[in-house]
Amino acid sequence: MARTLITAPKSARRGDIIEIRALIQHPMETGYRPGADGKLLPRDLIRRFSCRYDDGANNEVVFSAELFAAVAANPLISFHTRATATGTLNFLWEGDNGFVQRESVAISVT
Amino acid sequence: MKRRAALKTGAGLAALLLVRPAAAAPLSGELAAAVRAYAGDAPVNEGRVRLDIAELIDNGNAVPVAVSVESPMTATDHVVAIVIFNEKNPQRDVVRFQLGARAGKAQVATRIRLATSQKLVALAKMRDGSIWSHTVDVIVTLAACIED
Repeated sequence: MARTLITAPKSARRGDIIEIRALIQHPMETGYRPGADGKLLPRDLIRRFSCRYDDGANNEVVFSAELFAAVAANPLISFHTRATATGTLNFLWEGDNGFVQRESVAISVT
Repeated sequence: MKRRAALKTGAGLAALLLVRPAAAAPLSGELAAAVRAYAGDAPVNEGRVRLDIAELIDNGNAVPVAVSVESPMTATDHVVAIVIFNEKNPQRDVVRFQLGARAGKAQVATRIRLATSQKLVALAKMRDGSIWSHTVDVIVTLAACIED
């Protein structure tokens, strides 16, 4: 399991626009870089990231991203969403070599 | 008098050489092709998008970038995607974000790698299909992909 760090407000008022920052530990090996033996290191990237906001009524993807080799190691993604109702934010990272990681954080909306 | 005039023009020339033109030249080569492929038939307009990145980058391995788009972000008028393309990395694609009206604010940020001094283009696709862009030139002193 890779380490993740998610920064999102624990509570918000309905209608507030909140900033979410999601960081995950991952080498994002590009496949263009030679290793110590001179051969190219095999590509190992996170390809997709998505955030679902499950607020009881809806469970829809509010943000997603496609990542390429040009994204730095330990990718940090920052985005915004509108707080609609109390629920959970579900994060999903998917990548090469079957990499899948899920995280979720709760948000209470008043 | 002649010497003074010569010195003046010399200094002027040096200043011209140091200051890179602010207005980006039209895109060319693979970068233009990537932008065209993304935009499809839609014209690529300048404006509404702002790509924030340091002009002078010490370390190309993790460069903070932020893109913000002027948009009311309502159900009928919002940004559906923000993409970044580069000119001289091995691959033109950098990152593609998909967002919607629920984002509230069309502002995203991440950290990227840059192999060398080059142009970067941020494009925003609106719900009505229009495409907006911002191009910046960056200077990279230590390139990504070199150290192991």
